[in-house]
Amino acid sequence: MAFMKASSPHAHGITSTADVMQQVLLATIPGLLALSYFFGPGSVINVVMCGFTAVLCEAAVLKLRRRPVMFFLQDYSALVTGVLLGLALPPYCPWWIVAIGTGSAIILAKHLYGGMGYNPFNPAMVGYVILLISFPVEMTQWAAPRTVLAEGQQLVGPLSGLGHIWFDLPLDGYTGATPLDLFKQNNSLLVEHLYASEPLYATARWAGAGWEWVNIGFLLGGCYLLYRKIFTWHTPVSMLAAIFLMSVLFYDNGSSNSGGSPWLHLLSGATMLGAFFIATDPVSSAVSKRGRLIYGAGIGILVYVIRVWGNYPDAVAFAVLLMNIAAPFIDYYTVPRTYGHVKARPATEKSDK
Amino acid sequence: MTKIWTIPGGVHPEERKEQSLQLPLAEIALPKELVFPLSQHIGAPADPVVKVGERVLGGQLIAAAHGIFSAAIHASTSGTVSAIEERPLPHPSSMPGECIVIEADGEDEHIAYQACEDYMQLSKAEMVKRVRAAGITGLGGASFPTAVKLNPKSNQPVDTFILNGTECEPYITADDMLMQTRAADVVLGAELLAHILGDPERVVIGIEDNKPKAIAAVTEAAKGKAIEVVSFPTKYPSGGEKQLIQILTGREVPSRKLPADIGVVVQNVGTAVAAYEALRFGKPLIQRITTVVGEALDTQRNILVRLGTPVAHILAEHGFQAKRASRLVMGGPMMGFALDTPDVPVVKSTNCILAPSKTELPPAAPAQACIRCGMCAEACPASLLPQQLYWYAQAEDFDRLKAHNIGDCIECGACSFVCPSNIPLVQYYRAAKGTLRQMDIERQKSDRSRQRFEFRQERIARAEAEKEAKRLARKKAAEKARQQQADKPGAAKADVVSAALASAKPKAISAEDELAKLQRAVASAQNRLEKLQQKHDESEDAAQRDKFSAQLKQAALRLQEAQAKLDARQAIPAPAEAVAGVAASATTDANDPVAAAIARAQAKMSMPPAEKLQANIDSLQQRLAKAEAKLAAARANDGDTVAALQAGVDKMNEKIAAAKQELAALAAPTAATKPEPAARPTAAAPSPAVPPVKAAPKPEKPDAASVAIAKAQQRAAALASMAPRDKLHQQVKSLEGRLEKALERLAKAEADNDDNLDAFRTGVEKTRARLQQARAELESEQ
Repeated sequence: MAFMKASSPHAHGITSTADVMQQVLLATIPGLLALSYFFGPGSVINVVMCGFTAVLCEAAVLKLRRRPVMFFLQDYSALVTGVLLGLALPPYCPWWIVAIGTGSAIILAKHLYGGMGYNPFNPAMVGYVILLISFPVEMTQWAAPRTVLAEGQQLVGPLSGLGHIWFDLPLDGYTGATPLDLFKQNNSLLVEHLYASEPLYATARWAGAGWEWVNIGFLLGGCYLLYRKIFTWHTPVSMLAAIFLMSVLFYDNGSSNSGGSPWLHLLSGATMLGAFFIATDPVSSAVSKRGRLIYGAGIGILVYVIRVWGNYPDAVAFAVLLMNIAAPFIDYYTVPRTYGHVKARPATEKSDK
Repeated sequence: MTKIWTIPGGVHPEERKEQSLQLPLAEIALPKELVFPLSQHIGAPADPVVKVGERVLGGQLIAAAHGIFSAAIHASTSGTVSAIEERPLPHPSSMPGECIVIEADGEDEHIAYQACEDYMQLSKAEMVKRVRAAGITGLGGASFPTAVKLNPKSNQPVDTFILNGTECEPYITADDMLMQTRAADVVLGAELLAHILGDPERVVIGIEDNKPKAIAAVTEAAKGKAIEVVSFPTKYPSGGEKQLIQILTGREVPSRKLPADIGVVVQNVGTAVAAYEALRFGKPLIQRITTVVGEALDTQRNILVRLGTPVAHILAEHGFQAKRASRLVMGGPMMGFALDTPDVPVVKSTNCILAPSKTELPPAAPAQACIRCGMCAEACPASLLPQQLYWYAQAEDFDRLKAHNIGDCIECGACSFVCPSNIPLVQYYRAAKGTLRQMDIERQKSDRSRQRFEFRQERIARAEAEKEAKRLARKKAAEKARQQQADKPGAAKADVVSAALASAKPKAISAEDELAKLQRAVASAQNRLEKLQQKHDESEDAAQRDKFSAQLKQAALRLQEAQAKLDARQAIPAPAEAVAGVAASATTDANDPVAAAIARAQAKMSMPPAEKLQANIDSLQQRLAKAEAKLAAARANDGDTVAALQAGVDKMNEKIAAAKQELAALAAPTAATKPEPAARPTAAAPSPAVPPVKAAPKPEKPDAASVAIAKAQQRAAALASMAPRDKLHQQVKSLEGRLEKALERLAKAEADNDDNLDAFRTGVEKTRARLQQARAELESEQ
């Protein structure tokens, strides 16, 4: 009678990678709901299309790589990448934007680096940045929120939206500037006056119509993930804190030179999506708590710097990719102090004895 | 209230402790056969002290500790030793090892245990000795010999003694049961161990808060004693030694150090009770409480089990259904190891036998890719970065592994437990640690051989350098000497004759030295011989006498040798001097050197030959008497030296006879000179064809000295009696001979293209010139 030989521990916790990914997907729902409410069904269509394409690409590449397709598909990681990219893409963008973006994310950014767990860059953000650089026109046409629509105009419906996406059927004046766009374009008005003159701000409570609720939605989802201990607080909190600090420092009392209020920066663009769903991607971020604090702060500072002094209205994707590059370096110098050691030692230390 | 520190990380696996706490502590039927591995503790395996076929009683020592880091093993029931052979060990590797197998006779007869009422009055050394004799090791799992832990270095005062009742592993309730049922003994054991450790300031019993009954029992038992009973929140692995120390004291055991280095000693509650039983009742460690648990069993409970009981027997007693079991584990689900066979015995560290069903602990799911989620880092109680360790372990980047302190991993399994990708992280770390250990051993080995090689190289280099230095010094000295000679005004460059003179003189001097040395050697050999003889006579022990007589023989031989050498040497100097003298005679007056040689030779003899011989004979006779006495003694003792001594005596008799003869010859000098000169051509014959250098062959006979003297005397007499004309005539002859020889040597030097060619040439010229001068003188004389 021979029993199974197995290495300890014999007990195992209940969480699985699939669980983790499912929780992340679940947590995107409040944000997605807010997006749909304010901007129409465009984001939902994006999410579905991106998710589908991502799984398809993943399966194809796994097949090419002769890996067990179903085993890897079950970890939901491709779906998460697709969904996150879908949330980031402008609503009603053409189908080929979706295809190119998702294909780049899964094939280039993930599998060409070795697949799950080996990608140095956040795949969704690689896909997004490729699109933003290659197709700036399509990528900067965001829908106008329902609160600022002209009288009699309605939100884009699902059918007309799909017609625009697939067959390039015209959609009348659905686009509008984002709060960050508007703020960037302003160079003469005081913040106060700008806020009063633009309906996008005037109809909003803190930051920008619709956007503030989208961000609050992602914040809620992020809090849920924190509660479920899917990731630690270090990256999102330090990133948000860095953005907050930068915007307080450079608010300039609301002059025409102002960088924007803290609320504008925290509740506009992809701030919350980035803080809780992008920057927390474990594969491409720093590993230790201290490392994640530095990593998150770096993203926050870069986001602000690019938004205010750079060429792009939003900057989460660039900031995340830049810090992805820095993550291994951060890891070398932020190894925590081990039990029984007086101080932490860098990972690069050569221990001869 | 006692302050509780929190440890980083940790996990909360399902506790499942109630499963084995439903039934009371039980005992099971005696097995037919018990198996005692000789190595069931950290350290050297024990040495068996029983033989196959021997009947042993319960509690009887069957294997003794081998050194300090080892533990004794005792039989747990009576029976017959049926084998001492290799059996599978309860070890993760399931490799076989030496075991003592006892066939139980069912009598369960035990030795008479020596109870001790006032065990607390014993000296600490005696207490430690008894703990050691009882074969007690840490019962918590590591099986560290307890006596070693109770003996911390004197420079490490222990201020805190912790009794570990944490039992943080799921399922296991052995310590819980022990504390519930024997709380008083736990406290007595704690007091005992604390006393051995020098009564530290703090004595703490730490228990996780999921054992309320145990906490209550122990708190009750410890009432009024200087023992803190501390409960703290349940979290795995709080029961790890390092973790418990951190929880109760806030201190961390420095990496690669022991708790004693920070003044803390931790013992398991079971160990404390075992120590108490050993001292109070004289009982060795032959049984322990073990949890038998798992849904593949019909009965789940704690049992008081005899060490050596096969696991198969225990499983059979508990209704084990092999088909339902997912695996068989010795220890808990977090750190226990899977057994592939139940044919292994319960050993001192076996706190649990876990037979989970397939739903309880299902086989591990296949590992997925690491997504570096960091849950492992959150769970690690040592604040390591398991995901990085995994990464580097896969890459076999050992430098990085060391930089990430892989050595501080306690293999608690918390990281593997939480890993959402089901990666068996601990297994990677174990493998990497093993490789690192192996590399360490190999590096030490190669370091040693490199050191050896380097030392050797250095030694050789040094020896060569010394040689070179000597060579250089010699060369310099030679050059200097040549320089000096060249600088001497008038002196011929490298005069062969003067060179010969120069070399002859030191030889003569060293001969004198050597003579003195030999004389000293003879004297000391004689001394030694006498002393040995004395010892030999005094010693009563036959073996010793044999030894002495052997030494005596050797000493006698050495003395003979030395004497022979001395005798030979005493003869040599005279001819050597004579040679020098003759050589010198060529340059100066012919008469003087010969006389000087005689004088010198005589001086060396220090007395007239006759007297010398007489003295020689006297001493020989003395020695003969002694030797004869020795011979007689040896004969009486029937020693093996008789033959040697007999030979010595015979030889001495011969010597005396020879010496007497010589003396007689000397007494009639006229008669003595006659036969001797006949042996060789001397001055009496007017044609000394042989060159003077050759005229002094080394006489080997003991009377060589006197022969030389006689010869020199003859030559002197001949020269004195010769007319100046004859003298010159002889000089010419001798010079002719030397010229001939010098020419010969020159030819040879020319053929060899010798460095000293010039010197030879000048030598020839000079000899020729002298010859001509001598001839001219002879002519004028005529």
